[in-house]
Amino acid sequence: MQWETVIGLEVHVQLATRSKIFSGASTAFGAEPNSQACAVDLGMPGVLPVLNEAAVAMAVQFGLGIHAEIPEVSVFDRKNYFYPDLPKGYQTSQMYHPIVGPGEVEITLDDGSIKAIRVHHAHLEEDAGKSLHEDFHGMTGIDLNRAGTPLLEIVSEPDMRSAKEAAAYLKAIHSIVTYLGISDGNMAEGSMRCDVNVSVRPKGQEAFGTRAEIKNVNSFRFVERAIAFEVERQVELLEDGGEVVQETRLFDPERDETRSMRTKEQANDYRYFPCPDLLPVMLDQAYVDHLRDNLPELPADKRARFQKALGLSAYDAGVLSASREMAEFFEQVKDVCGDAKQAANWVQGELAGALNREGLPIQNSPVSAPQLGELVARVIDDTINGKAAKQVFQALWNGEGGSADEVIEAKGLKQVTDTGAIEAMIDQVIADSPAQVAQYRDAEPDKRGKMIGYFVGQVMKASRGTANPQQVNGLLKEKLDALC
Amino acid sequence: MHDKTLTELAAGLAAGEFSSRELTESLLARIERLDGDLNSFITVTPEQALAAADAADAARARGEAGPLTGLPLALKDIFCTTGVRTSAGSKMLDNFVAPYDATVVEKLQAAGTVSLGKTNMDEFAMGSSNENSFYGPVKNPWDGAAVPGGSSGGSAAAVAAGLVPAAMGTDTGGSIRQPAAFCGITGLKPTYGRVSRYGIIAYASSLDQAGPMARTAADCAHLLGAIAGHDLRDSTSVARGVPDYTAELEAPLSGLKIGLPKEYFGEGLDPDVERAVREAIRVYESLGATVREVSLPHTHYAIPAYYVIAPAEASSNLARYDGVRFGHRCDAPADLTDLYKRSRAEGFGEEVQRRILMGTHTLSEGFFDAYYKKAQQVRRLIRQDFLDAFDEVDVLMGPASPTPAFDLGAKKDPVSMYLQDIYTIAINLAGIPGISVPAGIVGGRPAEGRPVGLQILGTHFAEARLLNVAHQFQQATDWHLRRPALAEESL
Repeated sequence: MQWETVIGLEVHVQLATRSKIFSGASTAFGAEPNSQACAVDLGMPGVLPVLNEAAVAMAVQFGLGIHAEIPEVSVFDRKNYFYPDLPKGYQTSQMYHPIVGPGEVEITLDDGSIKAIRVHHAHLEEDAGKSLHEDFHGMTGIDLNRAGTPLLEIVSEPDMRSAKEAAAYLKAIHSIVTYLGISDGNMAEGSMRCDVNVSVRPKGQEAFGTRAEIKNVNSFRFVERAIAFEVERQVELLEDGGEVVQETRLFDPERDETRSMRTKEQANDYRYFPCPDLLPVMLDQAYVDHLRDNLPELPADKRARFQKALGLSAYDAGVLSASREMAEFFEQVKDVCGDAKQAANWVQGELAGALNREGLPIQNSPVSAPQLGELVARVIDDTINGKAAKQVFQALWNGEGGSADEVIEAKGLKQVTDTGAIEAMIDQVIADSPAQVAQYRDAEPDKRGKMIGYFVGQVMKASRGTANPQQVNGLLKEKLDALC
Repeated sequence: MHDKTLTELAAGLAAGEFSSRELTESLLARIERLDGDLNSFITVTPEQALAAADAADAARARGEAGPLTGLPLALKDIFCTTGVRTSAGSKMLDNFVAPYDATVVEKLQAAGTVSLGKTNMDEFAMGSSNENSFYGPVKNPWDGAAVPGGSSGGSAAAVAAGLVPAAMGTDTGGSIRQPAAFCGITGLKPTYGRVSRYGIIAYASSLDQAGPMARTAADCAHLLGAIAGHDLRDSTSVARGVPDYTAELEAPLSGLKIGLPKEYFGEGLDPDVERAVREAIRVYESLGATVREVSLPHTHYAIPAYYVIAPAEASSNLARYDGVRFGHRCDAPADLTDLYKRSRAEGFGEEVQRRILMGTHTLSEGFFDAYYKKAQQVRRLIRQDFLDAFDEVDVLMGPASPTPAFDLGAKKDPVSMYLQDIYTIAINLAGIPGISVPAGIVGGRPAEGRPVGLQILGTHFAEARLLNVAHQFQQATDWHLRRPALAEESL
C-alpha cells in the first residue's frame, strides 16, 4: 500500500525581549541558576503578573509577517498542572483567544514550486524553568531563570506531507522571526523548539490517521530524522495489522528513535480558564497599523523582488533571501557594484566558499559588503581581470588592505589593456620560445588552438596576471599565425 | 486612649497630647493583656511598631507629619510584610516570611502609620467565622461565645476590643463587611480595582479587594485615601485619580435616593436584624432621604455563582503551595507525588481543601461550560441588576448579614456557613463598593447583646458617596460609639 504522511508543527519561539513576559527579570541566557528569577517568576504568594508590551508587539509583528488576522482582543488563560519547574502550578498561556489568528507561511519545494502552509494561530505564553537531574545525587535541582521567558507558540495546520516539507516550514519560520528580529532563532540554546504531530494514511484516503506528538525537537535535522523514524514506525505498525495509539513521544537523537512518553489516557486535564490577574489585551487599529508600517521586508517578498526586479534565478533568489543577514549583505554588494547578477555570483561563489571553509556566518565575514562590492565593480569596469580579482579577494580576506582599490594599487594588479604594452610582452615571449613556435608552425591548423594556451600563460606570467586575457589571446593568435 | 477614633488620635498627636510611642506602648500593653483570650493577632510586632512610632515622632518633630503619621493599626495576616511572617492563617505558610511588602503596606508605611502586627483570619480568607484559622478561632469582643465573623475576624475583633483604632482587611465575598457588622465597627470594601492587590495573598483574584476597618466612616475615609490608587504592579488596579474621601463627608443627605432590594429582606432574615435595619432607614428618612423598594432579580444565583468562580480561581491560585519552594513541606517525601500530596494535605485545612476540590472539579473537562462559564454569565446578570438599580437610586441599603454573630461551633455544615454571605457576596461579583456600619445591638445576654450592621452599596467608584452617607448616619446615631464590656476589664 502507498502511504501518505501528514504533519503539523507547533513551533515555540523564544521572543527576544530584554525582560520576561510578566516580570522585570532579565531573559539573558546562561546566567547562574536562579539568579534571574524574581518574586513573580518564583510564584511567591501575593505577587502579580504585568504583561510586557514588547512581547505583544513582537507577536503582532509575527502575525503581520505571515499575513494573519490580528484579533482586536486576546486573552491569557491559565493552564493548570503540577511540576516542580512550574512555580505557580499553572502556565499562563492563551487557549481560547490567541493574539494571532489564521495566517500562511510559504515554503519552496524541491521542484522550485511554492507551497503555502496554513498557520492555525499563534499565541503568547510563558516558559517554565528547567529541572536539572545531574549533579544532585539522586535529587533534582530546579533553575527558574528561564521561567517567565516569553514564547510565541505557532501552531500549523496539518498541511505538510513529508519530513522535508516540515523542515522547510521550520526554516521558513526561523527566517521570518530572525528577519523580524523578534527572536535570535538560536536552536542550540532552545530559542526555537517544536512539537511535531505525525500521522500516516493510505494514499487517497481523506480522513487523518491517528497521530503521535513528538515533543521538544530542537534542530532542523532532528525534525527530519524524528519524522522519518516515526513514519516508518507507524507504517510498519499498520502494515502488521496494528493500530497507532494517540500519544506523546520523545525523540532520542542518540538512538535516532522516538519513545512513548504518555498516552492520551495519561494526559493532564489542564483546566484552562481566563487568568483573572491579567486584563484582556485590546489592540487598536492604530497600534497594529504602526507595527505594519514599520515591518521590514520579509523573506517571501524579498525572494519575489530578487527574481522580478533584479532578474535573479529562483534558486539564487531563494538562497540570498534565506536569512536577513545574507540578504542585507547581498543587497549592499549589489548597490555598490551596480550589478545584481555579478553580486549574486560573488556572494554565493567566492564569499560563500571562503565562509564555509572557515565555518563563519556571513555577519562575521572578514570581507565586508562594501569591500566586496567595490571588488566586483572593478571586475565589471575591467580594472582587473577575474584572476586578479581572486587575488584581491584573498588579500581582503586576510586583512591586507582596507579596500579593493588599495589592494589593486599595492599589488599592481590593474589590468593592462594597452595594446602596445601587450604586443611588446608577446614579442618577447615569442622570441624566448623558438621551440614552441616551431611546434606551433608545424602543427595542423586545427590543433593550433590548443597550443596557444602555452603562450597565453607565458604572457600572463610576464604581466604578473594583469594583462587583459582576451586581448592577449587575440593578439597572440594574430602574431603566431603571421609566422606560419 | 483605646476608645478614641483614628481622627481623635490624630488630633491628639498633632496637639502634642501624647506621642506615637506613648500611644503605641499603651496599645501594645493592651494587646498583651487582652489578646491572649481574644486571639485576634497571629503575630504582634512590638519592636517594629516602636521603631515606626519613634520614626513618626521624629518626623512630627521635623514638621513632616501627615494626617496619618504615628497612628497605630493592624494588618490582616494576608498582606505580605518584609521580615514579618505572613501566614494567611494557614499551617502551609506558618514558616513564610515574604521578601517584599504589599502595595497597601508600602502605602501605609509611607503615610507614617505604625503597624502593631498581623491579625487572625480564616485560612486563605476562606470562611465567615474565623473558625478556619490554623491559629485558632477569634472571640467576638461583645460575647466570648460568639464568632467575630470572617474572614477578617481578627481585624474586626482587634478594632472592636480597642486593641487598635483601625485595621486592614480583605473582602472576597463579605470578609470585611460581615465581621465589621458582627463586631460593631465600620468596614469598607472598595470597588474592585480601587486598591492594589499586589502582595495580598490571593484567594479569588477577580473578587479580592482590600479595605479599611475602623470605628467610623470618617476614619475609613482617611485610610482609603492612603491605600487607594493605580499600581503598575497590579494590572487589575484602575488608573483613576484618588479623590479626597473626607471632602464630602459633611454633605447633607436631603434628596438622597435609597433603594431597598426586596430580595435582601426576605426569608432567612433574623427579625431583630430586620427591625434594626428598618430603624436605620427611618433615620435616613429623617435626614431627608427618600426610600423605595427595588429588585435585584438575580440575587438568589449569587451564592451558587460565587461558589463556582471563587473556588475555581482558588484551586489555581493555591497550586503554588506545593512544598517545593516555600511553605510547608512534608517530612521525608518518597517521591514527587508523595511530596505534593502530603505537603498539601498536611498544610491546608479542611475548608481550603474543600474549595480546592470544588474548584478543580468545576474547571475540569466536561464541566467547565456547565459551571464556570454559566457562573460567569450569571455574574454579568448580577452586575447588570446593580447597574439597573443605580439608574433609579443613589445607594442601596440592607442588612450586612442575615443574623447577628452566631455562636462558636454553631455552623457545622459548610452550606449554612456559605449562606451567611447571602447579602454581601453579590457585591464582589458585581465589583461595586459596599460599607457596613453599626446600626443596632440585639439579643444576647442582657448586658451585652450582639451588634447589627447596616450595609450601604454604591455604584463603581462611589466610595466618597458611601462614606458620606455612612458618616451622616454616624452623626445622627451613636451605635458606632458603643463599646463591648470586655470580661477582663470588668474584673
